[in-house]
Amino acid sequence: MKDTVLQIRDLKTCFDTRDGMVTAVDGVSLSLGRGECLGVVGESGSGKSVTFASVMGLVKNPGFIAKGSINFEGRELVGLDPKNYRKLRGKEIAMTMQDAQTALNPAYTVSNQIIEVLLAHDETLSGSRKAQRRQARQQALEMLQLVGIPSAETRLDDYPHQFSGGMRQRVMIAIALACKPKLLIADEPTTALDVTIQAQVLELIADIRDKLGMSVILITHDLGVVAEYCDNVVVMYAGQVVENGPTGAVIATPQHPYTQGLLRSIPRLSDLSRRIEPIKGTVPELIDLPDQCRFMDRCTRAQASCRDLIAMQDCGAGRQVRCIAPGLAGGSDV
Amino acid sequence: MTTVTYWTGDAGTAKSETLFQRNMKLFASSRLSMFFLFITLGFVFMAIAAPLIAPHDPSDADLFRRLLPPAWMDGGDWSFPLGCDALGRDILSRIIFGSRVSIFIGVTVILVATTIGVLAGLAAGYLRGWVDIVISRLVDILLGFPYLIFAIALIAMTGPGLQNIVLALAYKEWVIPCRVVRGETLATSGVEYVEAARAMGASKSDIMLREILPNILSPVLVVSTVRMAHVIILEASLSFLGLGVQPPMASWGSMVADGRSFMLQEWWLSTFPGLAILLLVLSINVVSQGLRDAFDPRFHD
Amino acid sequence: MSDLLAISGLVKHFDDRRGLLGRITGNPGALVQAVNGVDLGIGEGKTLGLIGESGCGKSTLGRAILRLHEPTAGQVLFDGTDVTALDASDLKAMRRRMQIIFQDPYASLNPRLTVGEIVAKPMRIHALATGSDLEDRVVDMLNRVGLNSGHLNRYPHQFSGGQRQRIGIARALIMKPKFVVCDEPVSALDVSIQAQIVELLDEMKQELGLTYLFISHDISVIGYVSDRIAVMYLGKIVEEGETREVLENPMHPYTRALLSSVPHLEKTAGKRDRTRLKGDLPSPINPPPGCKFNTRCPLATELCRQSEPELRHMQGTQSAACHLSLANAEG
Repeated sequence: MKDTVLQIRDLKTCFDTRDGMVTAVDGVSLSLGRGECLGVVGESGSGKSVTFASVMGLVKNPGFIAKGSINFEGRELVGLDPKNYRKLRGKEIAMTMQDAQTALNPAYTVSNQIIEVLLAHDETLSGSRKAQRRQARQQALEMLQLVGIPSAETRLDDYPHQFSGGMRQRVMIAIALACKPKLLIADEPTTALDVTIQAQVLELIADIRDKLGMSVILITHDLGVVAEYCDNVVVMYAGQVVENGPTGAVIATPQHPYTQGLLRSIPRLSDLSRRIEPIKGTVPELIDLPDQCRFMDRCTRAQASCRDLIAMQDCGAGRQVRCIAPGLAGGSDV
Repeated sequence: MTTVTYWTGDAGTAKSETLFQRNMKLFASSRLSMFFLFITLGFVFMAIAAPLIAPHDPSDADLFRRLLPPAWMDGGDWSFPLGCDALGRDILSRIIFGSRVSIFIGVTVILVATTIGVLAGLAAGYLRGWVDIVISRLVDILLGFPYLIFAIALIAMTGPGLQNIVLALAYKEWVIPCRVVRGETLATSGVEYVEAARAMGASKSDIMLREILPNILSPVLVVSTVRMAHVIILEASLSFLGLGVQPPMASWGSMVADGRSFMLQEWWLSTFPGLAILLLVLSINVVSQGLRDAFDPRFHD
Repeated sequence: MSDLLAISGLVKHFDDRRGLLGRITGNPGALVQAVNGVDLGIGEGKTLGLIGESGCGKSTLGRAILRLHEPTAGQVLFDGTDVTALDASDLKAMRRRMQIIFQDPYASLNPRLTVGEIVAKPMRIHALATGSDLEDRVVDMLNRVGLNSGHLNRYPHQFSGGQRQRIGIARALIMKPKFVVCDEPVSALDVSIQAQIVELLDEMKQELGLTYLFISHDISVIGYVSDRIAVMYLGKIVEEGETREVLENPMHPYTRALLSSVPHLEKTAGKRDRTRLKGDLPSPINPPPGCKFNTRCPLATELCRQSEPELRHMQGTQSAACHLSLANAEG
């Protein structure tokens, strides 16, 4: 029986905006085991980032968690008071953002930023404040070396702007991992990076996950990244989970029309003569959505019975899909 | 002609309004800003309708009414609500007529300065090269001159009078919007829609006036309103020193000066025009602050 | 048959240096060697895919061809005419035939103009149509890109990224140019929208008989749309050839590294061998001596550090700039 680190059940997060109530996350459920790497795939409006902002307790006014449960290592996070959340963030759950430039504080050196996290959370530091700082600094050096910053000793006191994009991403990872958290949530860690640097950063995350036995959530729009690095995948669309399961199976035999459409619209280097087929239409607005399948207007297989609340169905081998007629067209054709 | 199969759906979540309109609505939603806008417009109205609303002729002197106190004090008269000055002229009427000077000079100087400043700033920021060098050096030199002293010197040379005051104040005022516009133009010059305009063969003036200028108006608007308050105070200072409009034309600054020797006893001669200056300048400042907040992208989603 | 577009020895340097005064004031500026001698040819009706990472100069190259950046040196022959030698009015006339589509759908449209005004502007500038004729042509173009006449009076901020990109395409194509530089036209879009725009660009190419220079950092997209591929690194072309040949048999170590860094859908979570590149992309301000790639190349030799290899024809349709590939090809 797998050891579950994170369990999200029926999470609903809304934003009360001037234009109406936006339901960014509508009934999302997923679970993550220890040491597992889960890929969360979705495009704009899918709700993937807001889901994990909710997990981190970072959803602020006018956003709020309307209902659902987020269970981390047996603890319920929904409704957790800010003080306890602060203890949790950075120490047990850490998150890295897409844009390292804005996520790192430009006014502090990188060692300072790592040291601050350690001083706030690390109980193994002992002695006077000064002694603690020294120990923390040593650990900061080790972290920078762990993430592969060359000549780390000389770079300890550099500022974020003195690093390149790829290096900044690594620094963010170093800060995130400083307290050896149980769960790392990486939000689009490679989107802003060049492809050769992307490869370096992803390999780094995979290596560290192996070394520390950490659980990782990779939020991305890139199915290729998920295919290579993630054990399981969750596909999100318009605030809901539409498909989940082991990565290999989902990609080889996608069940949901959106997943199929996505796979059909990506050019493959392995088969350049294959024509891509775009999904027509656009993602719906997340305000006042009617109770029906959200992908209906863009689905090639839509029927009258899709105009109803569609629930997740099991389709065997640890897979689920939110569709009344999954599979069918495609199979290995995609 | 083939039709594209991948229909994109209807455009637009938002109603069909421009960003400018949306920001103006934001401005309007601040009660503070609207209140002081109302007051400012009140002054403008006062200036325009002066002959109609002033109870008396501002130059009408009558030594029997000399230093008459305000109506609610002993010896006051309600037909002269704020009292009379050393020559027996009604202070309220002079304040009303005085607003003409302040508003006129404030608006004119800003209009002139902004027009020159915007054109110079656009040219410097977009054309670069020697145009930028010349304009920037000119801006640096003018900034080095102390405002008031140079204005005094100019007026001393050309003589006082409405026209000369406008010129004396505008000579340096254009530098302020010029700097702002130059900075904004530099920032906007590299934007892709400007590149697109170049790529389609648009002329330089087309790009400056139709691509860049409409997109940098917001900071120009904010700066202009802030500076208007400043200019009004400068004019009052000049008038106070006797270099502003000449008698019998009423100006708040000269009224304050006239009342100087009477400050301790007949305090109303200087105080009321002083309060008028204060209120107008304060109102304009609050309005400009409100505009700045409404147009500041950081306060938006 | 000669190429529609023939670029030779194109150089673009951005010189910000301030000499002695600069060194005294502590602000010496820099010489950015963005494009360092590029030779390329694009056949009529073909798509040349230009691939490279940040700092390689591909966007600068695209703009230099159109003289949006004035080339520092070199020649651009478009349909026999030397674009770099044109005077202002001839250049303006040339702009009808060479256009550009930008990457950022949010920055490439003037927020103060309506969609109708944006798309009509090229026609106005070149006095190609007026009044209701102009409006008809604008609506026609909007329809072709998947929008409609109801969108004429809307402002860019009311549209999504994909729709804005369509507006940008309508603007670029309304004068029916012959050659279009597509500067990362889909990189800023969601995956499913990327496919829509790629297909749209292909349709327009067929309909209007266009020739494309397609710039991107996404190898899969480039492989899909291009007839030929050119790989750029630090201001130089390091490999060039027909798409299939370059992708199946890359001759330059950098191309090989690029290809092996792309995550593949077919492999599931597990290791695979890759040419792992160490270190960062060097800056175009201080390019290394010799072969520009030598600092990261797993096969670099002393020769590579000293002398810069030329782009030479290797085999088939492929050319590469590498001492080792040359030795292999000849040997």
